[in-house]
Amino acid sequence: MANTQAMCTSFKTELLTATHNFGTAPTRGTGTADTFYGALYLASATLNASTTAYTATGEVSGPGYSAGGIAVTNATPPTSSGTTAYWTPSASLVYTGVTLTTAFDTVLIYNQTQSNKAVSVHTFGSQTITAGTFILTMPANTNTTALLRLA
Amino acid sequence: MALITTTKGEMDDSLLEKREGSVDNDNELTRWVEYWLDGELVHRSVHVHLKKNVLADGVAAMIG
Repeated sequence: MANTQAMCTSFKTELLTATHNFGTAPTRGTGTADTFYGALYLASATLNASTTAYTATGEVSGPGYSAGGIAVTNATPPTSSGTTAYWTPSASLVYTGVTLTTAFDTVLIYNQTQSNKAVSVHTFGSQTITAGTFILTMPANTNTTALLRLA
Repeated sequence: MALITTTKGEMDDSLLEKREGSVDNDNELTRWVEYWLDGELVHRSVHVHLKKNVLADGVAAMIG
């Protein structure tokens, strides 16, 4: 037998559930999952890995769309397979009855419960919506395709 | 026959010109549908199926 240097896979999963806290904040008072939102952004916006929180700057606007976007369905807790921890929203993001005439190409997933802190930025081909519905379907929730993966 | 929500209210689809398209690449599979009335776009819906994810690789290096 030999020892092997590694980050424990269980720890990766626990990062996604805030089990470990190396700092001093935030203090968690409940055992319930946070509420995450998906907000849409114009193709002219500049969201990227440096984005730290939800911002109204560059967000789409138009009839039927509420600033901040819509809640993300989170019915499936993070898990792991192999050495990868992962999580995916458990349903598509559906923006119903909207008109968004300025091209948009990005969704920001953010944590509304934790001061709107940013989670991830996802881009797609530029779109507009006219009196219609925008559906954003997630990749399969597996260790190779999940929306968020810690490998 | 079906009713379509448009910028002019609910309209019978038989009165509208329907246009559809799709994009399939490494990042997404996207399908869109448009309805036009006398050269005016009155409805456009889009379904984007994301294929790619974001990966935090080498988490140990970030924390350790």
